[in-house]
Amino acid sequence: MMTILGPLLMGTAFGFLLQRGKVTNCNVIENQFRLRDFTVLKVMGTAIVVGGLGVLLLVDTGNTKYYVKDANMLAVALGAALFGVGMVVYGYCPGTALGAIATGSVHALVGALGMVAGAILYALSFDWLKAHVLNVWALGKVRLPDVTNIPDVAWFAALAVGAGLFFWWVESAEAKQKRG
Amino acid sequence: MTTITESYVREAPRTARIDWSPYLVGAGIGLLSWIAFAVFGDPLGVTTAYSRVASLFALPVIGPEAVAQNSYWKSMPLKWDYGVWFLVGIPAGAFIAAVMSGTWRLELVPEVWKERFGPSIAKRFVGAFLGGIVIMYGARLAGGCTSGHGISGGLQLAVSSWLFLAVMFATGLGISALMFRKR
Repeated sequence: MMTILGPLLMGTAFGFLLQRGKVTNCNVIENQFRLRDFTVLKVMGTAIVVGGLGVLLLVDTGNTKYYVKDANMLAVALGAALFGVGMVVYGYCPGTALGAIATGSVHALVGALGMVAGAILYALSFDWLKAHVLNVWALGKVRLPDVTNIPDVAWFAALAVGAGLFFWWVESAEAKQKRG
Repeated sequence: MTTITESYVREAPRTARIDWSPYLVGAGIGLLSWIAFAVFGDPLGVTTAYSRVASLFALPVIGPEAVAQNSYWKSMPLKWDYGVWFLVGIPAGAFIAAVMSGTWRLELVPEVWKERFGPSIAKRFVGAFLGGIVIMYGARLAGGCTSGHGISGGLQLAVSSWLFLAVMFATGLGISALMFRKR
């Protein structure tokens, strides 16, 4: 029961939060990349800092482990570049798109079919990519503290202060704009 | 078709706004990550499960034989695992949130797109479809999306995920500037 209900409830909570965070709205995502609305960065930045500190504590107390993705640097860089292009043209990322469909966005559904096509194209080109792209500059499952020798706590302190200052600046700029 | 959307947009109650703080929502997603790591040992992510499901759609397109022989789907076969049920939950949660806040509405062409490219539904659908292809191909090549790399990988301080975040935002800013440049 937990194997179905557990992930179903987790997904439901995630979808609920995405919608309440306004990121299932295409305009909000497009305006983040146009630097007119910082909602996406506010949500992601807070999630990374809050989530990261908790997960760090959970790992340190032996309650979980890290699930780090392979740093195939060329593949990640190329993939991320395509992802950035796709996100601006589509107006969603894959998770927010699934949420958006359920809030009435028909064009998100059309794009989701495009995503199916993209996944099929990837599967068809996988053998070639594996031989020529995925193995280039492959560093394995490394974390920033491993490659820099700067401890986790220092990274999160820097992230928290950096995000705090950045959001403080964004909020005061937005308040100024509202006052006109 | 256009008038249908417009009437929906017009008739959407103006008082129905989503007023949750983005920081509160971000903290909620962070907290959800704690549960994902500690209880399920399966960080939040979307596209790995999405490509599993895509193999179903591939059956009529490239044939069951080709799907069975494909080395990618051999390593990632369709199974109703944690990730796929998580995927099913996302639209359910978003639907509940939209109905509860009175913000559910039919949208064929979003405002930002309409301002730049006009009200053509066909144009928007072609854009969304092509964008969908590119974003999913990129996500699979990179090994994750905004959730799997951006949030789950970012919070683990993974090298791959911070490279993803930096390149994704940089490219997005560039393409956005091109796409929405003033004529």
